[in-house]
Amino acid sequence: MGKLAIETRGLKKSFGKTHAVAGVDLAVSAGGVYGVLGPNGAGKTTTIRMLATLLRPDAGEAQVLGYDVVRDARSVRTRVSLTGQFASIDEDLTGVENLLLLARLLGYSRRRGRERATDLLDAFGLAEAADRQVKKYSGGMRRRIDIAASLVVTPELIFLDEPTTGLDPRSRNQVWEIVRGLVAEGTTVLLTTQYLDEADQLADRIAVIDHGKVIAEGSSGQLKASVGAGSLHVRLRNPEQRAEAERVLAAALDVPAEPSADPAALSARISDPERVARALAELSRGGIDVTEFALGQPSLDEVFLTLTGHPSEETPKEDAA
Amino acid sequence: MNATSTEQASPPVTEDALRRVLLAGERPPRPGPVSTSLTFGWRALLKIKHVPEQLVDVTMFPIMFTLMFTYLFGGALAGSTQEYLQFLLPGILVQANVMITMNTGITLNTDIQKGVFDRFRSLPVWRPSPLVGALLGDLVRYSTGSAIVIMLGLVLGFRPEGGAVGVVLSVALLLAFSFCLSWLWTMLSLILRTPNSVAGVSMMVMFPLTFVSNIFVDPKTMPGWMQAIIEVNPITHLATMVRGLMHGSVPAGEIGFVLVSSVLLVAVFGPITMVLYRNKK
Repeated sequence: MGKLAIETRGLKKSFGKTHAVAGVDLAVSAGGVYGVLGPNGAGKTTTIRMLATLLRPDAGEAQVLGYDVVRDARSVRTRVSLTGQFASIDEDLTGVENLLLLARLLGYSRRRGRERATDLLDAFGLAEAADRQVKKYSGGMRRRIDIAASLVVTPELIFLDEPTTGLDPRSRNQVWEIVRGLVAEGTTVLLTTQYLDEADQLADRIAVIDHGKVIAEGSSGQLKASVGAGSLHVRLRNPEQRAEAERVLAAALDVPAEPSADPAALSARISDPERVARALAELSRGGIDVTEFALGQPSLDEVFLTLTGHPSEETPKEDAA
Repeated sequence: MNATSTEQASPPVTEDALRRVLLAGERPPRPGPVSTSLTFGWRALLKIKHVPEQLVDVTMFPIMFTLMFTYLFGGALAGSTQEYLQFLLPGILVQANVMITMNTGITLNTDIQKGVFDRFRSLPVWRPSPLVGALLGDLVRYSTGSAIVIMLGLVLGFRPEGGAVGVVLSVALLLAFSFCLSWLWTMLSLILRTPNSVAGVSMMVMFPLTFVSNIFVDPKTMPGWMQAIIEVNPITHLATMVRGLMHGSVPAGEIGFVLVSSVLLVAVFGPITMVLYRNKK
């Protein structure tokens, strides 16, 4: 795993007065999925566009598969693929025409290109839609043809910019399957996402990015550990007892318990899992019936909140250029 | 092993099919600039096939203008509509072609607004080829427009003394000029934000340029300052050239002027366009 697929040092890009990327350092090893996690406008897309040679960095350096993204842009382009956030497919053309177009541009003969296009459409479950214009595709189909278009020549590295934003759960799962398939065959995947569970599900390592800077990096386990051991979630039979339960838990666990959005539920960060059993016993001794409890690792939402001081859903004014 | 779920609606991605596709690992030799430009030209033709409405401007517009000018002004300007048609038709041909070039910028801007151009720009192909290809596709539109104007003219009584050779030669030169002029619009389309603003600015340039010329009337009766403007307008030279060739003379000076200005247009706007394209946000 020693080889680095991506290495950046002090990467910067501004648009007017907006510092979209304000000094990003990344070291992404080859193989596996690397997740770049951040809210809208954090600088994810701008970073990816620089790495894919679509944008010239203002400052800093970036090597992709050992090639400099500015000086060796062509070498980078022959080895990587980009699937942008917005369908980078010609909507007026049919699915097969789109893939054939790319195949031809990448040097396939007309005949081989058509075979390749057909194989890709089959593999992505789009065979029936091959001769339909892409503008008539559903959201999930569009995403799949978009990713298929990035695989006309199997890339060593693929950038997926928010591949599942706006997809229904089933389409999202299909995209996840594709990502796992890619990794299994040795392609390195760098994906950006605003969904914490997506990063958690797919990524081997995650960089959390906010206001154009990497604010944390590590495996999802490491990131979670940096926040604490986890939390206890409790749901009560009788919501009116919540205030009392809060007191009991706080005393038993030695940390404050917080009410959840659910009026019958509350949770507490815990430092020592040993105390949980005792806390639950205290509740039942106090006549507070518990219908559910769960001991969980902290969610990446909590990680984000702890790291940035603001929830991940917050959308700063600048748009994701 | 077919590790897939069982949904019916859209057949899911199959693991082994995906693996086969990924493992193919074929890396064909990289095609040259001509090949990639032609492929992009093919894309433009496919778009015409799927969205034939986009040919409306190259068909309706020239027909409208030819009919309107011939029958509204023909009698007053040249004594008879027939005589005016001999003068007007080569000019209308120029105007139609030059006006159609605007569409290049509008189409390109629409393209850029969507994500397709990102993909094209991230491909390891000769960088100008998406633009050159789009312009090659446009040549088909210009030829269509020209054919329609000439056919209509012949039906209405236009009789080119230069014969088929003169007509073909003048159209060929006109297409070459249009291709070169299009680089001005590709540049604009990379500067302006929306297709509408591209259309607006193009109109602002094209209307005076085509009307303040000798396309519709002989400038002899105009005030001196107006004649001076018309004299420096490249469209005037273009119209004079087409008129000359179609009616059997060989206006060498005008042909030279058109060729030189074509080369200049590409030499100036081509590189600017490419720099803008490379640095596009």
